[in-house]
Amino acid sequence: MTTVDQKELDEFAAGADAWFRENVNPDPGFMTPLTFMEVGTDQQFDYLRDWQRKVYEAGYLGAAWPKEYGGGGLGDKFQRAATAAMRRHNAPIMLNAIGLNWTGPLLLDIGSEENKKKYLKGILSAEDIWCQGFSEPENGSDLGNAQLKAVRDGDEYVLNGSKIWTTLGSYAKYMILLARTNPDAPNKYAGLSFFLAPMKIPGVETTPIRKLTGEYGFTQTFFTDARIPASDLMGAEGEGWMIAMRTLEYERGARGGQAGGYVLTPFDAFEVVELARRVKRDGAPVLDDPVMRDKLVELMIEAQSLKLCQERGKVAPLVQDNPMALPLSGKLMMTEFVRRASEFAMTMLGSRAAYYVDDPEAVDNGLWSRSYLNAFSATIGGGTSQIQRNIIGEHVLGLPK
Amino acid sequence: MTETFGAAIDRDFGRVGLSEEQADLLEVATNFCREKSSIESVRELLMDDRGYDAGVWREIVELGWLAIAVPEDYGGVGLSIAEVVPVMEQMGTAMMASPFLSTTLAAQAVLAAGTDAQKEKLLPKLTAGAVATLALMEGDGHWDLSKISARATIEGDKVSLSGVKHLVCDAEAADYIIVSVLMDEAPALVLVEKEALPSGALRRETVIDETKRSFTLTLNGVSVEKSALFETGRVKAALDHLHLVGSLLSAAETCGGAKAVIDYTVDYLQTRKQFGKTIGSYQALKHPTVDAYLQYEQARSHLYAAAHSFGDQGTGEIATRMAKATADTALTYASDRSIQFHGGFGFTYDCDAQLYRRRAAWHAALYGDAAYHRKRLADLLF
Repeated sequence: MTTVDQKELDEFAAGADAWFRENVNPDPGFMTPLTFMEVGTDQQFDYLRDWQRKVYEAGYLGAAWPKEYGGGGLGDKFQRAATAAMRRHNAPIMLNAIGLNWTGPLLLDIGSEENKKKYLKGILSAEDIWCQGFSEPENGSDLGNAQLKAVRDGDEYVLNGSKIWTTLGSYAKYMILLARTNPDAPNKYAGLSFFLAPMKIPGVETTPIRKLTGEYGFTQTFFTDARIPASDLMGAEGEGWMIAMRTLEYERGARGGQAGGYVLTPFDAFEVVELARRVKRDGAPVLDDPVMRDKLVELMIEAQSLKLCQERGKVAPLVQDNPMALPLSGKLMMTEFVRRASEFAMTMLGSRAAYYVDDPEAVDNGLWSRSYLNAFSATIGGGTSQIQRNIIGEHVLGLPK
Repeated sequence: MTETFGAAIDRDFGRVGLSEEQADLLEVATNFCREKSSIESVRELLMDDRGYDAGVWREIVELGWLAIAVPEDYGGVGLSIAEVVPVMEQMGTAMMASPFLSTTLAAQAVLAAGTDAQKEKLLPKLTAGAVATLALMEGDGHWDLSKISARATIEGDKVSLSGVKHLVCDAEAADYIIVSVLMDEAPALVLVEKEALPSGALRRETVIDETKRSFTLTLNGVSVEKSALFETGRVKAALDHLHLVGSLLSAAETCGGAKAVIDYTVDYLQTRKQFGKTIGSYQALKHPTVDAYLQYEQARSHLYAAAHSFGDQGTGEIATRMAKATADTALTYASDRSIQFHGGFGFTYDCDAQLYRRRAAWHAALYGDAAYHRKRLADLLF
């Protein structure tokens, strides 16, 4: 990087820092969702959609995506600087998670020129919300067995079946959809195709699903003779599994290209330490309890592990034994850490762990218990932790299926 | 996903970095250790009195590895302990036996608190293959090296020593032993030449890791010249420093071992068949093996962060204790599961899993186990 570039980057970073300092509202007056899977009310949705558009228009989202598709046309370093500024000022999450992290990178990598022009800008501005249609009620972890039917009829495909755990399903304009175009294919994977499907059409209905927290956050989506243009097929018929696996690699962090920002609120382990200073056990701060203290240190070590594994992943001689190990492990390590850390935070509360969100006696308005329950969304969604262990066992260690 | 989650910790407790020299040493050490320390030769040396191959030791000396962290003024290469880490790690992977760790630590002791005369006399010898070791531990099983009961008393020109030191590694092979004692109620370090020891001063200890050679040193009746005393004003800091260097290099050897035992386990899971299936396909075995592997990956990240940050005030100690704690946990779990997953064979002496489990216990016993380092970390972090 030349000095001129460095100067430009420094100025951009300083601008981002000032912008987020100025524009993040620390208290909008209602509970803002910690993750994109927790958007349960129209109020929350509208707030986050406005926020994403505002960030995008200020130039701090999609800064590294090409200009001709609505991006900033700058280097990755610029977007990373903007994202760092978001974290520094505790900015809300980016709403359009599937679009920003999956559809966008996928289109940029293997999409047609026409589709890049059609979709990318709306993803960044949150004008077009995206959802994902992979899991089905009867086919969750066994994604390759997806049964939703797409039957070619002239210039259209006719869709019949159902998808589940559709985050933002009732709001989404488009869905990345895995469907079975050939039930007689030689194996279950070869019969699948990948679509960029519209949601607001006749024959597509969504039913909200109530989560373990009591809130709403996703839907089941029903397709009944829904007709979509044949041009919505991505790649060729039969390439659906390959494309779906590719999108999962974006999610696991094994491939880059994401628009930036975060869709899950960063978890800082030191917030748990602060909690341990505030709450008491037997009359003294939890932080003075030797058993809890040891558990807190374990938490700190693990948090540091995640950070260091990201750093080591960039040092080639230190990953040459198995270059895919760290990329494929990130999702499992991070989501399980957050689940255990928030569970531990909840147990620190003593008798007050009995209270839940909105009770006046609840510590931090029940945030910790709610975070713990919500943490399962990440240890289950996007391939459960058990599926992740299969993937690591088979693809990194070479253990048999 | 990790990027979108953001940092789980927002403070500087050390960073991963790798110098060119570290990268070179990592590559050379990987090949050398693999070639010179097959598991068959490790097994043969278990029964050997000396416990290591003198020819291999000479090669290690010729490779210049004893000189890595010694300044050029004293015949060294002038790098730091960070560059020793990849070498130690690879020795751990191959379970290579030698007095490398002992001699490296002894040289660090001389550097930290030796007099100029001692540095000039000893360091060139230690880089050229003389064996040295530290006698810092005592019988009551604690890891605080400043708690000392062995004594030194000045009698005329001589310093007379008394008391007993334990877990003195490689003492029989050593030319020099650096002993911690109390002198005028303050900790002191004193250089004892092995030939000056009366017969019977060393008792070979039976230790859990059979690749290691360790001795009890009885100091009663041993006396040395006054010039054998290290600089008293620097001893306290030197002992703290040696505890951390020892922890770092112990973490390196431990971490290397974790890699080896996981490979060993995976190999078995890929070949052993039961109920008509390769047993690695059973998730009851697959998933804990993945967990062990991820613990190893995390420990290795900590190790190279500790190496890189070792010299940094404050963060160096935090990073080192995290590295030791995670390495200890990783090898303990991986080797424990390795025994279990080998079934009946795992219970036998012939199964290598026991070598690693014993190695884990050894390193937990030296320089502090995971719980000990976490306890120290609590005071550093909160």
